[in-house]
Amino acid sequence: MAHVSDLAEEKTTSVLSSSKIVTLRIARYNPNVDSTTKFAEYKVPVEKWTTVLDVILDVKKHFDHSIAVRYSCRQATCGSCGMIINGRPRLACFTKVSELDSDVITVQPMHNFPIIRDLAVKFERLFESHQKIKPYIIREDTEPALDTRDILQTPEELEEFIQFSNCIKCGLCNSACPTMATDSSFVGPQALAQAYRYVADSRDNGKNSRLKIIDDSHGIWRCHFAGSCSQVCPKGVDPAMGIQLLRGYMLGFS
Amino acid sequence: MKDENKEGIGGMANPGRYGIERIAYWLMRLTGLGLLGYFIAHIYETSSILQGKMGWDEFLELTQTTEGHLFLTLVIGMCVFHTVNGIRIMLGHGGVGVGKPGRPDYPYTPASQNARHKIGIYTAIVLAAIAMMYGMAVMFGE
Repeated sequence: MAHVSDLAEEKTTSVLSSSKIVTLRIARYNPNVDSTTKFAEYKVPVEKWTTVLDVILDVKKHFDHSIAVRYSCRQATCGSCGMIINGRPRLACFTKVSELDSDVITVQPMHNFPIIRDLAVKFERLFESHQKIKPYIIREDTEPALDTRDILQTPEELEEFIQFSNCIKCGLCNSACPTMATDSSFVGPQALAQAYRYVADSRDNGKNSRLKIIDDSHGIWRCHFAGSCSQVCPKGVDPAMGIQLLRGYMLGFS
Repeated sequence: MKDENKEGIGGMANPGRYGIERIAYWLMRLTGLGLLGYFIAHIYETSSILQGKMGWDEFLELTQTTEGHLFLTLVIGMCVFHTVNGIRIMLGHGGVGVGKPGRPDYPYTPASQNARHKIGIYTAIVLAAIAMMYGMAVMFGE
């Protein structure tokens, strides 16, 4: 049996991976003061397990505490730290520096979201769109009857929507979407995928009211199936699939 | 645009970051606009018949030049790609071939971006290339 002292000794004598230095380029922009975005560069040591969020927080702690960045859980659950990392929307806490295969890491605020400052963006529109599609189960009987208590579902019925329940509202899909890049009124892949999530739920009776909302020229018909939303989703939600299945349902295919 | 931090056309036109599906999306837009341009030009070209046989023949001679042949080759390519990829997209829009919902496993490869759709895109590109080569063989082989 290993003793605590043995474990401590083992820890101190084990070989750590050699750290390397990377250059972090952070987009600095304050809409109230600046006219253009400027990039600040910092040299930071990283280990193989270092995430991009670790690097940003390291810079914030040791070089410039005024850098604005939103984060919370550090484990890809809260969806706060979405940003453009080396050209692609990613969660900073879920992206290791080692997987980027580059000595230069460029971080920018997510596209298609108004900038508050630096890397922090406004989520109001995403939440408004999400709220608009009624993201809750709609039923006549809001309270389960005493004799049934639960609204039962088969495992197959659960499989129809459970994937789409993983959405953490990080906004990466909206940031990658080419339609969102040009259409300010488009409801966006996040909300459309959530619309499918509730339409596909066997407990829900609100299909008609929900479909009326997304059956709009800036609604589901604006999706052109580029699939970028699904490629950047950090939770495997696959919004493109949900949107196509929902459209297929609306067109009478399924 | 700056307030909303939208990528704009530049972001839409940057297909390199998201794989072949985004390239197909961009090619679909380009070929659509190209075919629309050709359609307008074609109406203008055929309207030359109102100037009689001489006017028609004069205008038709424009397509008998090397530049004219290259332009028509491009039109053939755009037409074939837009048709084949359009069929793929229409099926996808109907929910056909986009996979089935299920519990995702890390690393979360999206089921909607599956091999069937990738094959569809490559088929559209290859068929467009073959049609262009055939068109060139016919036009330049005269």
